[in-house]
Amino acid sequence: MRYIDLGVSDYKEAYRFQRDILEQVADRTSGNTLIITEHKSVITIGRKGSDKNVFKAGGIEVLNIDRGGDVTYHGPGQLIAYPIFKLENEARDMHGFLRFLEEVGINFLSKYGIEAEARPGLRGVWVKDEKIGSIGIGIKKWVTYHGMAININLDLKPFSFIKPCGIDGVKITSLKVLLKERVDIEDAKLKLRDSFKEIPVLAEAACKRQ
Amino acid sequence: MAELKLPELAEGVNEAVVSFWHFKEGDSIKEGDEIVEMATDKAAFNVPCNFSGILKKKVAQEGDTVKVGQALAIIE
Repeated sequence: MRYIDLGVSDYKEAYRFQRDILEQVADRTSGNTLIITEHKSVITIGRKGSDKNVFKAGGIEVLNIDRGGDVTYHGPGQLIAYPIFKLENEARDMHGFLRFLEEVGINFLSKYGIEAEARPGLRGVWVKDEKIGSIGIGIKKWVTYHGMAININLDLKPFSFIKPCGIDGVKITSLKVLLKERVDIEDAKLKLRDSFKEIPVLAEAACKRQ
Repeated sequence: MAELKLPELAEGVNEAVVSFWHFKEGDSIKEGDEIVEMATDKAAFNVPCNFSGILKKKVAQEGDTVKVGQALAIIE
C-alpha cells in the first residue's frame, strides 16, 4: 500500500488528486494508495444529502460532491483518509468496504484506549451515542475514492450549522474531547495508516457482523 | 439490442437510486464506459457498460430507485 500525506489541503485540490490517483490504480500503473490529509474548512453534501440539512454556512464553502451519504463538515484537526483501493473478486462489495472502513476506525481508536463501535443501521464510527468518524465513498472502475473522516482536535462548532449525516439529534465528538487533551496529529496519521495495514479489506469478522 | 442491468453491488443490497446519467440517448457507448452513477446510503457507484452500442433508451430516470437485475438502459 502506497501512503501519501497531503498535509492541510484544499478540498477541491485534494479531490482532483484523488481522481488522478484513481486513474493510476484503475490502470494498474500504481498499487492501492492511502491518502491522508486535513482539509481547510468546508461543508460537503453527498448524493443522499439535501441542502436543507445546511442551516447556515457561517462563511464556510458548501460543495455538492459525488460520494454516498449526506452532509458533513471538514476542517483542520480532522484526519481524512482517502483509500484509493481496487476492489477485486470477493472484495467487490461496496458495503463490505464501508464495514472495512468502520473496522479501521475502531482499530485506530483502540490505539488510544477508546472503545468504539459500528452501530446497526447507521454508518460511521461511534463512541457510546456520539459519532467520531464519518464514512462516505465513491466507486469508479471498481476503485474506491472518498472515504473516512475522524475527528481528532477539530473545532466541533461548525457541526451545529448542519444536520450531520442527515441524522436528527446526532452528537459529534472528537478524540480531544474524549481524551481531554490535544492529540499529536502527526502521530495520529501514522496510527491511522497502521490501522489500514492491520485490518484486511473485507475482514471475515467484519463481513459477518453486518 | 441489449439491456444494461443493475449489477450486484453488495451483499444484502437490493436497490440503488440513479444519481445521474453520464450519457444522453443517442450517444455511442464503448465497452467499459461508465454510463450512469447510482447511490446507496453511503456509497456512490458508477456502472460500467459491458458492451458497445448506441444508448437507445434510459429505462430509469434520475431519482428513480432500481432493483438489482432490473434494466437501466437499452443499448442497440
